Amino acid sequence: MDRVNENLNTVNQPIYKKDAMALVTGQPVYTDDIAPSECLIVKVLRSPHAHALIHTISTEAAKKVPGIACILTYEDVPHKRFTMAGQTYPEPSPYDRYILDRRLRFVGDAVAIVAGKNEKAVDKALKKIKVTYEVLEPVLDFHKSKDNPILVHPEEDWVALCDVGADNKRNLCCQGTEGSGDLDAVMAECEYVVEGTYHTKACQQAMMETFRTYTEMDAYGRLKVTSSTQIPFHVRRILSTALDIPKSRIRVCKPRIGGGFGAKQSVVTEVFPAIVTLKTGKPAKMIYTRYESQICSSPRHEMEVTVRVGADKNGIIQAIDMYTLSNAGAYGEHAPTTITLTSCKSIPLYGKARAYRFTYEAVYTNTMGAGAYRGYGATQGIFAVESAVNELAVKMNMDPVRLREINMVQEGQVMPAYYGEICGSCALDRCMAKAREMMDWDAKYPARDMGNGKVRAVGVAMAMQGSSISNVDVASATIKLNDNGFYSLSIGASDMGTGCDTILAQMAAEELRCPVEEIAVHGVDTDISPYDSGSYASSTTYLTGRAVVKACRELKEKIDQYSREHPGLTLKEIGNECMCNNNIALEVTATNSSPVSPPPFMVGMAEVEVDTETGSVEVLDFVGVVDCGTPINPNLARVQAEGGIVQGIGMALYENIQFNGKGQMLNNSFMQYKIPSRQDIGKIRVEFESSYEPQGPFGAKSIGEIVINTSSPAIAHAIYNATGKRFHELPITPEKIVMGE
Amino acid sequence: MLVKMWINGEAIRDHIDPDMLLLDFVRRHGCASVKRGCETSNCGLCTVMLEGKPILSCSMLAARAEGMHVMTLEGIQEEAREFGSFMAGQGADQCGFCNPGFIMNVLAMIRELTDPTEEEIKEYLEGNLCRCSGFVSQLRSIMEYLKYKKGEQDGSGK
Ligand code: FES
Ligand code: FES
Repeated sequence: MDRVNENLNTVNQPIYKKDAMALVTGQPVYTDDIAPSECLIVKVLRSPHAHALIHTISTEAAKKVPGIACILTYEDVPHKRFTMAGQTYPEPSPYDRYILDRRLRFVGDAVAIVAGKNEKAVDKALKKIKVTYEVLEPVLDFHKSKDNPILVHPEEDWVALCDVGADNKRNLCCQGTEGSGDLDAVMAECEYVVEGTYHTKACQQAMMETFRTYTEMDAYGRLKVTSSTQIPFHVRRILSTALDIPKSRIRVCKPRIGGGFGAKQSVVTEVFPAIVTLKTGKPAKMIYTRYESQICSSPRHEMEVTVRVGADKNGIIQAIDMYTLSNAGAYGEHAPTTITLTSCKSIPLYGKARAYRFTYEAVYTNTMGAGAYRGYGATQGIFAVESAVNELAVKMNMDPVRLREINMVQEGQVMPAYYGEICGSCALDRCMAKAREMMDWDAKYPARDMGNGKVRAVGVAMAMQGSSISNVDVASATIKLNDNGFYSLSIGASDMGTGCDTILAQMAAEELRCPVEEIAVHGVDTDISPYDSGSYASSTTYLTGRAVVKACRELKEKIDQYSREHPGLTLKEIGNECMCNNNIALEVTATNSSPVSPPPFMVGMAEVEVDTETGSVEVLDFVGVVDCGTPINPNLARVQAEGGIVQGIGMALYENIQFNGKGQMLNNSFMQYKIPSRQDIGKIRVEFESSYEPQGPFGAKSIGEIVINTSSPAIAHAIYNATGKRFHELPITPEKIVMGE
Repeated sequence: MLVKMWINGEAIRDHIDPDMLLLDFVRRHGCASVKRGCETSNCGLCTVMLEGKPILSCSMLAARAEGMHVMTLEGIQEEAREFGSFMAGQGADQCGFCNPGFIMNVLAMIRELTDPTEEEIKEYLEGNLCRCSGFVSQLRSIMEYLKYKKGEQDGSGK
């Protein structure tokens, strides 16, 4: 995109979200608010065992419960394997599940589907289903999974569509190695080498609206699916495979969504009501409880990242070696792709390194499968790399800010670990300078004893992410001129609460030089909206934004053509006159993929106060300075950053999915799984130091994911500076601080 | 069993199961703003006012509200719009799913506390979780709104 003139009217302005007033006045705009009242209630009987085969299952008594419309077991579903991962076909995630299977692979796996008139009847029927299980020994520890004689997926029809090194007979969901330069030789020359293994946990996304879907047959005999999803078009394709019906028989619509963060980039609930509606012809809905959202959904992949960083005598980082082991859980959704991001979105932060190597393995275990959580592997990799770099600073006796200043990636550098892309826009240096000033780093680093058993200390980390998946993601926008000269903008990207309907309208308004109120936005309906891969991989602002700009420019040309043929008309008159005797469609659909994925950058600095006696940690202040290119809507970008930082604080200090020896989850509610409350949050200060991304719309890059990446390494660093203890495992709880890791 | 109560000023009579929660009752009677976010009284999404006091409607049987006045966001649309525009002004509305419960509790707080400090605000609203915003924009909205309300009282306007 060419650099537009800087005289912006709607882009870079803090415009209110288009749906704001509906949301703040509590209008019925979410899935469960608009589901027909006669919907069958759909629930799932869940496995009590981490690994078992269904020996017998009897539904006779359950079917007799008054009000029960349908009960389905593994015998009643199509035997076509699929993945619930919302990715472009052919998906890198293996096809490893049925809607219901005889083999149960984690505590909570679906045993049977029950649909009935009301919740009471369904609950009663669930209790009356008689199952005998052949209980099998599970493999729960992801260190012991590879080549374990216990196989999570021994089935013959398991299939990996892409060559990701997967092998179900070895419990391998993917594996590989890559690199550039002679890692061993360069590492051997290094004056300083640090190495560590960093363990991050399977955090739950905990969006306030749990997973939910309702389905109905429409007037044309097609299955209409209304779902809280980030990926309506992938839902259509996945349902077609899972249900074994043609794609042409499915329509997917997305209402307002109560938060996603990547959780809803997997098809978690959709298949269940869909199959019920197909079997019964009746509308059906599935509303996950919080319990279900905790125990069987799409959390962050638990990972162990071993990283070795080597620097020369001047502190120039020359080599980075990384090995990542990822716990896919029972199903492989997003496992092959999240794992590769651990290196490709952390190593390139250090632009002078001459060599890197990355080896990785994701393994199946009999625990809940994981998914796509904000940061998508980058978060895990950055925790490791940034922690290692902080250790390197100590080893070299150099200020960690200084160490980064002399090493950080700069515009124009080639990033071998990042698909060989050239860094086209980067203000990381300005982000660091700004954060340093805001935090008063030079005065506060490393720590101050407050004299009351409390120590205050600061920590730092850098981060990057991408903007869409290069050469894969597709975004489209349709813009048309209406009566009186207002416009309709149709997009296939899902606004999941982040405000993309609004920022895309801002871009359209800017291009078309009209007030944003003159742009009516239509959210996703797969029958109507132009194709978009969906809202994930930090793609919407950058990729769909480019599609919007492209479509608007083409529409302007068409309007110009119309005016040449009908001179002297105002836009309003064109809008009206084109509805009589006209052969020029004043409507354009533009589609867009990108050969590159320009990374946004960020510096995060934390100031914590540690009570050395109790180990309790208070995050007093967190400074985040972000280079997301031009912020299209500075308010919404800021709130993205604040929200991401706070989720990251949760990940650093409390959020922890744990299983007991039987594979049962211990943190299955908000009582046991603590997410940050407003009492846990000190100051959060966000500023923007924007570069101008030449490929981006109005110079923009992405913001949604990167903002979660600095919290845990910066906080771990601050805790180290306060206590002298280095923590390699998240969350860093008071117990660990007092007792050691 | 038969229950009678007032929802947003309207008298409601309905036959319900004795174990029906107030949350499900008000949703059934047109108050879709009231949301459920958990089963453990941890999220605050289901906050309504009962006889003027904020309560968690997920933790109360509908039958226990017999004869009482329940208020949901549907009943105070004007205030919701007024405070909500301060949220929109910060981009604090985000996904919006937590907004109704949060706004109910903010409006209850404003009735209960005069000139609350930041600390008092955080304490009062601690039970209202939000996963999107990180809370800071919500706090900014409240501070701006309080300033505006004060100006209104002083007659100095916004
Ligand atoms: S629904 Fe979570 S507190 Fe009521
Ligand atoms: S705005 Fe999404 S949970 Fe608060």
